[in-house]
Amino acid sequence: MPHKNDGSNDRAGRTVALLQVDGLYLERGGQAILRGVSFELWPGQVYGLLGRNGSGKSSLAYTLMGCAGYTPSAGRILLDGRDITHLSITERARLGLTLAWQDPARFEGLKVRDYLSLATQQPSRERLEEALEAVALFPSVYLDRAVDDALSGGERKRIELAAVYAMQPRLAILDEPDSGIDVLSLDDIARLVRRMAERGTAVLLITHRDEMVPVADVAALMCEGEIVRVGEPQAVRAHYARRCRPCEVAGPVEPAGGDYERL
Amino acid sequence: MSDFEAILQAYARSGGDPHFLRSSKVPSLVVSGNRVLGANEVPGVHLFSEELPDGVRARVVVDPGVRLGAPAHLCFGVIPREGVQRILSEFEIGDGAQAEFIAHCTFPNAEQVVHLMEATVRVGRGAMMRYRETHYHGEQGGTEVRPRARVIVDEGGQFASDFVLTTGRVGRLEFDYVVDVAARGVAELTTKAYGYGDDAISVKETIRLNGEGARGLAKARIAVRDRATSEVIGITEGNAPLARGHVDCVEIVRDQAVANAVPVVKVTDPRAYVTHEAAIGTVDKKELETLMARGLDEEKAVDVIIRGMLRG
Repeated sequence: MPHKNDGSNDRAGRTVALLQVDGLYLERGGQAILRGVSFELWPGQVYGLLGRNGSGKSSLAYTLMGCAGYTPSAGRILLDGRDITHLSITERARLGLTLAWQDPARFEGLKVRDYLSLATQQPSRERLEEALEAVALFPSVYLDRAVDDALSGGERKRIELAAVYAMQPRLAILDEPDSGIDVLSLDDIARLVRRMAERGTAVLLITHRDEMVPVADVAALMCEGEIVRVGEPQAVRAHYARRCRPCEVAGPVEPAGGDYERL
Repeated sequence: MSDFEAILQAYARSGGDPHFLRSSKVPSLVVSGNRVLGANEVPGVHLFSEELPDGVRARVVVDPGVRLGAPAHLCFGVIPREGVQRILSEFEIGDGAQAEFIAHCTFPNAEQVVHLMEATVRVGRGAMMRYRETHYHGEQGGTEVRPRARVIVDEGGQFASDFVLTTGRVGRLEFDYVVDVAARGVAELTTKAYGYGDDAISVKETIRLNGEGARGLAKARIAVRDRATSEVIGITEGNAPLARGHVDCVEIVRDQAVANAVPVVKVTDPRAYVTHEAAIGTVDKKELETLMARGLDEEKAVDVIIRGMLRG
């Protein structure tokens, strides 16, 4: 089991969390997607976010990153105590926040080495090779390949994660880095996440793979746009496995807090 | 500085390596305006040139069976701000020969320069010719380029053309290549251009698959922004049994630019098969946001995506 971090070591001297999400609401197409999401994330901490498809996990990721169409209707996003709710994607990235997409983009004509270099302040061959090795890809095989359709979905996923790793962000949002990855490779992804955390990167790990939950220091369960449970990862996972099933009828939104469960 | 040195400098700026133009082991031809500044033959490759009032007539012959170990280099340029350069060229690739040509066309100071290229090409039976033409224009947008070629590919021959105009302003481009392909021959036309300001791009690629089993690909990658315009006409005809052809056009449009794509497929033999795809749109949102999430500003991210598309 890799070293885990409850964040306490990195809280020394800090008065505010690295990321503070405060009462975030998002509407799209007249529908409430996020409903009062609040949580904190500290340097070096891995925060696992569980939830069924459609529960709002990816929407939360896009909202935190500032993607077009994901401007919150209420609430605040604070990074190091600074309100970044209305900053552009680029501005957020330059403050150290980045996102690995669940289905990474394809870039015709862009080589892996160039793609990784774009993410890196001072690109060097060693740094690019280290990033590829961190996702268990051979640099000699991949550096000169294009990030396009010739790569499998799993390869693009790893290269996306390598780009995030190479960037050395302060906060990485990983949107289902385990989807499209075979079971045998999940350990690679888990090691990468811990390695990032050990470097001090805070990781928001969105997943619904049981195997990935132990990687997290703390886990939360999201349901219909709300965080309904936060706690020790195994306990949250057990709760998720035991209690979450498709809602037959979406009931009215109840006040968040306590041991609220939508069942 | 001599004219030769000036054109070599411009050649280097367009991405060429002047070393090849000085080497006695590499077939080469250097033309500035209407003057032939250098010509180098190697065994099996013959260059004939004649200066015209407004350009140069050139004939390149590769003997049958000759296989060039390294590409032949051609350099055409106009250094002054104004001028007309007409290149009348003829390429004869003998049966079974293999030759690659790298042409750099450079007009670094162009404010009112017209460059006309009228080529006839014959690729012999079982021969192979690859022709790569890269342009470097200045930033004034005062270049008018009209490359025209009539290509005949004999039985089992292969012809591939890569035309690239992505550095500096396009100005005005009127590209028009027509290729006739005999049985089991192959033709690939690829055109890439990046227009901005009030550049105007017109590309017409025609491949006629006339022999049994002939194959062809007409491919265009165009990006336009500001007030630039582009029109791409890709024509592929399947005129013989088992001919296979494809037209592939992708254009990216930004700002007030306007792009048209007209893929034309024509089949006169029921056993031929010709397909087409054309896509025009702005930069993909996910590609853009991914690069911005790595810290690039929007303009830089768009440029990276467009230049990647033009390389691909």
